[in-house]
Amino acid sequence: MRRLTWFNTTSLTLGFAFLYLPMVILVIYSFNSSKLVTVWAGFSTKWYGELMRNEAFLDAAWVTIKVAVLSSTFATVLGTLAAYVLVRAGRFWGRTLFSGMIYAPLVMPEVITGLSLLLLFIGIGLDRGVMTIVLAHTTFSMCYVSVVVSSRLATFEMSLEEAALDLGSTPFEAFRLVTLPIIAPAVISGWLLAFTLSLDDLVIASFTSGPSATTLPIKIFSAVRLGVSPEINALSTIMIAIVTIGVISASLISKRAAVRQRLEEQQAVRS
Amino acid sequence: MTEALRPVFAPWNDPDEKPLIQFKNVTKRFGDFTAIDDLTIDIFEREFFALLGPSGCGKTTLMRMLAGFATPTEGTILLSGQDIAPIPPNKRAVNMMFQSYALFPHLSVWENIAFGLKREGIKGDALNSRVDEMLRLTRLERFARRKPHQISGGQRQRVALARSLAKAPKLLLLDEPLGALDKKLRQDTQFELMDIQEKTGTTFVIVTHDQEEAMTVASRIAVMDEGRMIQVDTPARIYEAPNTVYVADFIGDVNIIEGRAIPSGEHVQIAWGEGVSDITGTTDKSFDNGEKVHFAIRPEKVSVSVEKPDDTPNAFQGKVLDIAYLGNLSTYHVEMPNGQIIKTQSANTRRLSRRAITWDDTVWISFTATAGVLLKG
Repeated sequence: MRRLTWFNTTSLTLGFAFLYLPMVILVIYSFNSSKLVTVWAGFSTKWYGELMRNEAFLDAAWVTIKVAVLSSTFATVLGTLAAYVLVRAGRFWGRTLFSGMIYAPLVMPEVITGLSLLLLFIGIGLDRGVMTIVLAHTTFSMCYVSVVVSSRLATFEMSLEEAALDLGSTPFEAFRLVTLPIIAPAVISGWLLAFTLSLDDLVIASFTSGPSATTLPIKIFSAVRLGVSPEINALSTIMIAIVTIGVISASLISKRAAVRQRLEEQQAVRS
Repeated sequence: MTEALRPVFAPWNDPDEKPLIQFKNVTKRFGDFTAIDDLTIDIFEREFFALLGPSGCGKTTLMRMLAGFATPTEGTILLSGQDIAPIPPNKRAVNMMFQSYALFPHLSVWENIAFGLKREGIKGDALNSRVDEMLRLTRLERFARRKPHQISGGQRQRVALARSLAKAPKLLLLDEPLGALDKKLRQDTQFELMDIQEKTGTTFVIVTHDQEEAMTVASRIAVMDEGRMIQVDTPARIYEAPNTVYVADFIGDVNIIEGRAIPSGEHVQIAWGEGVSDITGTTDKSFDNGEKVHFAIRPEKVSVSVEKPDDTPNAFQGKVLDIAYLGNLSTYHVEMPNGQIIKTQSANTRRLSRRAITWDDTVWISFTATAGVLLKG
């Protein structure tokens, strides 16, 4: 704490203000009783009540959660498998290409991912709806899962799996009974990360959604174009809360549990 | 000592005995590197077979081939007469105790031991009684419910042993099993291992770089170097009758004296430099006159004295260069007129203050004609 000079304090304050002031304003105005967004007329939670009675928003929320749960689950399965293969298969022909291709969507502009998926869905004649958003979200979030899981697998003691094989498990049993329980924290935080990413995605969702399925971010975006309402503020506040909880628990789970598990593993492995 | 306890156990000398494991011209290459070089060896049931050598000599590769984690590039490995190459690790009647122990951190001691049995479909009372038996054997009853990180290194080592023995394998592989333990615990555990090996009648193959450990536990030792077995013999023969300079040097402390052989009747004289008389030795090998020879002699077989001893063919005068006091033993480094330093070791049967020899003293070193070994090359 002795490094907290006036310069550090100022830059820290400015930095955090830059990052969080807009959100703080949004949260404050969500409790504004006035219909006018920019005029403060006293504290009220009535916009949250309004929100609960708004069918369109509730429908969109339901779609968003369905998409997020499904896509993050698929992404976790695929991402974990990809990470497992890339870490375990050792050197094989095209390994660099494969790992590069898994991580490429991390830096790919979302507009391009969205557009190419849209072209694909039209090409194969798939009607756009919940399923297409799920597919799209699975595609882009599995690389995040794979990054998280492969960094955990890189430090995983190979001999634990060999011991399981040696004791008579099939390779699949060794994975299910030994590897998976040990890397579970990384898998869970991968899932939470994918869930959060899906929850607030606008660009890819707007390319791949159809009239039958609108997610919350799309709903908010189109509603805002007709003017910002306090209801949107309330909704955004709820989303900020959900995402914050998701991200914080993901990092807490992965940090705490990974540190503990690795410690246990190392202690078990060495004396 | 091992020899005295098991005077008749020598299946390798019995031509009718069927070996449990046979390596037949096994070669293992990793790219350009040859880890195992055309190796042929038989290992018998109930043996405690030690693979001894420096790191990178191929001993771990040999073990991993037995466990099924590596396959030979050439040659075959037979277990009870059956080629094991096509059998995956989880189908082999072989279990391994890993160097790192590889205990499952998320399972209790009990669950760790039960792991292999459950994979065989054993459950209920049969499972409980077998796990409890293993816990008793390794004296771990009190720790059954603990996780691996909640027990000590020695206890973890015993869990690993219990887990690998639970399925009653034909063959147990131990990869540097005691490497992580401190010296005292290691010595205790060595005797425990021998005890368990005799109780269970399992064949043990142990990999170690610790020669003392190999000497203590093994019925036979294979000294390995660069993918080949240099000598395979009982601990006593490895120590007393090494077949090469490498083996003599690897096991224990030794003086290696280079010289030229001069056969004379039943003895061989060895000329070993200016200013010293020839060494008289015995050997069953035949040497040409003037052939290069290495004479290996253990420090404890060389005596040191102030007066010239009588009745010994080998007595040489030199100067004490160094004395190392080890408590029960003292090592003297004696410099010969030709510059060679001979190490001698003697038990300190008298109090230190009574010692007659000190630094820079001129002393006599002596040994009998049969004390050393003549090695070719």
